Amino acid sequence: MNAPQKLTLKDFSTDQEVRWCPGCGDYAILKTIQKLMPEIDTPKENTVFVSGIGCSSRFPYYMETYGFHTIHGRAPSIATGVKLANPELDVWVVTGDGDGLSIGGNHMLHVLRRNVDLQILLFNNEIYGLTKGQYSPTSKVGTRSPSTPDGSVDMPLRPCTFALGAGARFVARTIDTEAKHMTPVLKRAHAHKGASFVEIYQNCPVYNDGIFDYIKDKKSASETRLMLEHGQPLVFGQDNSQGLRLNAKTLQLEVVTIGENGVSLEDIVVHDETNRILATMLAGLSAPDFPEAIGVLYCQAETSYENSVYQQIKTVREKKGIADFNAVLRQGHTWTVQ
Amino acid sequence: MSVVEKVSDSIDADQVTSAVVVRFAGDSGDGMQLTGSNFTEATALHGNDLATFPDFPAEIRAPAGATFGVSAFQIYFGADEVTTAGDDVDVLVVMNPAALITNLKDLLPGGVIIADSDAFTDKNLVRAGYQSNPLEDGSLEGYRVIVIEITKQVIAAVEPFGLSHKFAVRCKNMWTLGLVMWLFDRDRSVTIENLEKKFASKPDIAQANIAALNSGHSYAETAELPSGVEVYRIQRAQVAPGLYRNATGTESLAYGLIAGGRLAEIPITFASYPITPASSLLHTLAQHKEFDVVTFQAEDEIAAVCAAIGASFGGTLGITSSSGPGISLKAEAISLAAATELPLVIVNTQRGGPSTGMPTKTEQSDLNQALFGRHADTTLPVIASSTPADCFDVAIEAVRLATQFSTPVLLLSDGYLANASEPWLVPDLTEYTPFPVQFETNPEGFTPANRDPETLARVWAKPGTPGLEHRIGGIEKSYETGDISYDPDNHQKMTDVRKAKIDGIARFIPPQTVSQGNDSGRLALVGWGSTYGAIHQAVKRARATGADVSHIHIRYMMPFPENLGALLSGFDSILVPEMNTGQLVEVLRAKYLIDAQRLNKVSGQPFKIREILEAIHSLLGESV
Repeated sequence: MNAPQKLTLKDFSTDQEVRWCPGCGDYAILKTIQKLMPEIDTPKENTVFVSGIGCSSRFPYYMETYGFHTIHGRAPSIATGVKLANPELDVWVVTGDGDGLSIGGNHMLHVLRRNVDLQILLFNNEIYGLTKGQYSPTSKVGTRSPSTPDGSVDMPLRPCTFALGAGARFVARTIDTEAKHMTPVLKRAHAHKGASFVEIYQNCPVYNDGIFDYIKDKKSASETRLMLEHGQPLVFGQDNSQGLRLNAKTLQLEVVTIGENGVSLEDIVVHDETNRILATMLAGLSAPDFPEAIGVLYCQAETSYENSVYQQIKTVREKKGIADFNAVLRQGHTWTVQ
Repeated sequence: MSVVEKVSDSIDADQVTSAVVVRFAGDSGDGMQLTGSNFTEATALHGNDLATFPDFPAEIRAPAGATFGVSAFQIYFGADEVTTAGDDVDVLVVMNPAALITNLKDLLPGGVIIADSDAFTDKNLVRAGYQSNPLEDGSLEGYRVIVIEITKQVIAAVEPFGLSHKFAVRCKNMWTLGLVMWLFDRDRSVTIENLEKKFASKPDIAQANIAALNSGHSYAETAELPSGVEVYRIQRAQVAPGLYRNATGTESLAYGLIAGGRLAEIPITFASYPITPASSLLHTLAQHKEFDVVTFQAEDEIAAVCAAIGASFGGTLGITSSSGPGISLKAEAISLAAATELPLVIVNTQRGGPSTGMPTKTEQSDLNQALFGRHADTTLPVIASSTPADCFDVAIEAVRLATQFSTPVLLLSDGYLANASEPWLVPDLTEYTPFPVQFETNPEGFTPANRDPETLARVWAKPGTPGLEHRIGGIEKSYETGDISYDPDNHQKMTDVRKAKIDGIARFIPPQTVSQGNDSGRLALVGWGSTYGAIHQAVKRARATGADVSHIHIRYMMPFPENLGALLSGFDSILVPEMNTGQLVEVLRAKYLIDAQRLNKVSGQPFKIREILEAIHSLLGESV
C-alpha cells in the first residue's frame, strides 16, 4: 500500500463551474480555503461545508468535500444537527450578512451561545447580492438600494459585536483578498474547539463595490487597521506611532499618539484575546474615528456543546447499564392477563 | 342494550355493573390529573378494560374557583371492550362549584355527584355563576348527591403530621380518591407506592397523603351514604392474554420511535421546540439516552426541523415534532428534506386551531396541512395513528418509510391520543422484522443521484465515508449526476420521479382492511386517527341491532392503499366522521369520485359514541 499522497488545492476543487460575478471577493476566499484544506489534518471525507442561501452560500458546490446547500438563514441549525449526528465531523458554515444576521439571526445567536464546534465564516459585503442589491442589516445608514432608493434609515449591526454579545468564544475578523492574514486566522478558528466566528470583509463588485477600500487600500491601511496580536500593544499608523489607550473616566478606548502629550508605549492597551470586555470594545471600533480591528479579537476555550451532550449520554449509559429495549418497556406497573 | 342504558340500570348498585364512567373535576391546582392517573392504574390492575381522557385548561394555575380553570380527568372502565373515554358520566366528583357548573351537563340522570361542601362558599358560588347553593336549593334532585365536608375531613386526617393549612388542604384529592376507590372496590396499594415514590424526599407529605387516602376510604366504609350508593363491582374484562401496562399515546409513540431506530439499526436524533400538546414526546425521549437517542431542544421550530435534517444528512435518523402552528413554521425545511430526498420523521400532535386556538383541546384539522401544506409539488407520505397503543406501530412505520424511501414522513397524532391512556399489550421487539439501513460505501459509479430501481429511494451516503464526498442542496438537481441543473426537461423528470417515489409506496404498504363488518354493503364509516374508538363502538352497537354498516379506518393517508378505491365502491353509502370541517371526505370525493357524506365536530372534544350512532341510523333511515 502506498503512503497517502499529500493533497493539494486541486483535490479540494470540484468540477463545477464557479458562478460568482467577475471580481467577486468570494473567489479569493474560495482559493484561500481550498489551499488551506491540505494543511489541516482533517481527512477530506470528514469535512463538511454547510451553507444557507445567498452568493456566499454557493460555496459548498465548489469544495470537493461533503457539502449541503440548505435554505435561507438555517445553516447554523443544519450544521448543529450534523454535528450532533456525528461529532467526529469537521463542520464549516459559510454564510453572509443577510443569511446569517437577518433571516438567520436567531440561529446564529443560539449556535454561538451553545458553542457548537463549528467554523462559521460570515462573508460580510453589507448588501444582498443574490436578490439584486437590497440593503442588509450591516449596510451603513444611508445606503441607497432598490428597496431604499432614498437611503436606508436603520442602524446596522457589527457582526463581531453580535457574536460577542451572543457569547461566542472565538471571534475574528479578516479580509477577502488577504490570504496571508486569512490563512492563519482560519487555522486558529479550526483548531478552536467550539463555535468559531470569523467575519470576512468581502467586496461585492456589482452592488456595493469598494465598500471596504478604506481598509484594503495599501496607502491608507496603516491608519485604518488595527492589526491584533495577543500580548502586543494596540498600535497602528505609520511606524506604529499611534495607539489605543483606555480612558478611565469614560471607560472607552481613545486614539493617542505615542510620544505626544506625555504618552508612552506603556500607556497603550496590550491585546489580551482572553478578555471579553476588551474584545467587545475592539469589535465596536469603526472608521473613520478609529482603526478597525483585524485578527483574533477573542479566544477563550470552553467545552463545546456536542461534547457535553455526548458526555452526558455516556454518564447515563454507564449508570443504566446495557440498554434492553424490551426490559425498559416492562418497567413500572404491569399486569398479566391469562 | 347500549352502555348508556346499562349504566342507568346499574346505578341501582350493589350489583354487578358492566361499565362506568367517572369524572374527577376541580381547580387546575386541585391535583385532578394525579388523582385520575392513580385511579387509572388501580383500575388497570383490577383487570378492567379502560380508556381515559384528561381535559385540562391552558392556564397552569387559573384563579381558584374560576370556571375557565376547571381541570377534569375522565375514565371509562368496564368488563367489556372499552375504546373511548365514554359518552356520559355516571359518577362526577367535584371539588368546587365551578367544577359542578361546567360538568353537570354530562352527568346521566340518576348519576352520582360527590361534592366537597367546604368549597361551596359564597365567594366560590358567585365566581362560578350560581345564584344559590345547588347543594342546598334542590336543583340537583334527580341525581344522587353525596355532600361531604371534605376539606374538614382532610384537615383532621392529616393533623398528626403537623402540616401547614396550605399543605394539609392539598391532600384533598387523595382523600377523595380513597372514597372513590372504595366505591369501585379498587386496591390502594399502588397509589400508596406511587405517593411514597413521588414524595420520597418529603416523607411527611407522603404519609399525610396516604393518611388522607385511607381516611377517605374508611369514611365511605362507615358513613351513611345515600340509598343505593354502595360498592359497585365490575368484572374483569375479557382481553387478549399477555403482559399489560398503561400507556398514553405519547409514551407509546416515543417507544415506537426508539424501536424504529433499532429496527433500522441507526441512531435517532430528535430535535423539537416546546409546544402543547407535543412537548411530552421530547420529555419522554430525553429520558431514554441509554438507547441510541440524542434529543435537542432547539431555539425555535425551524431550527428543530433543520437540526433534524442536518442529523439525517449526518447519518442518523432526524426526527422533529410539533403541533399545527409549529408544523407551519417547519414547512419550508420539510420541502428541503423532500427536495434533497433525506429521511426525516415529522410528528404532528394536532390541537384545536387556527393559530393558538385551543392548545389543550383535540382536533384533526391538520390533515390538509399534512397533505398539501407546502410550496410547490412537495409530496410526502402521511400516516395517522388511531389509538394510544397504535402510536407504537405507526411510529415504527414512519421510521420504515422514511429510511426505506429517503423521504420526510408526516405522522399525525392528536391531543386526545397524546394524553389519553389505555392498557397496552406490551410489544416484544424481537417479533418485529428489522429493516436495516444500507448506507452507500462503494465509490464505484457513485453519484448522489443514484436510486434504488425498485423503491426509487435516493442513495444515502453519509459524511465520513471515503470517496463519496458529494454536495446536495435545495436547487434542482440533474437526474443523472445530482449536480445543479436548470434544464427544463430535467425539472419535469425530477418532479415526476419524486412523485412516482411517493405514489409507489402504495405497493409497499398493507392493503386497506375493514376493521369491523363486511367488505361491501349499505354503509361504511371511513375514519382516520383518534376517532377510531368512537366509530368502533358506534358501528358495534349499530350492527348489534342488525344494521348493515362497516368500519374502515385508514392509517395511510398518503399514498392511500392501492385497494381503497375499489373497497369503497362496494358500499352504497360512505360516511366520514372527522374532528374538522371535512378534510378527508373532500380528498376521498376528489380522488375516487364518490358521494361520500360527512359528519363533523370541531368542539375540542372527541366524538361521543351516540353522535356517530345517530348519524348511522339517520343515514340508514332508521330511528335511534
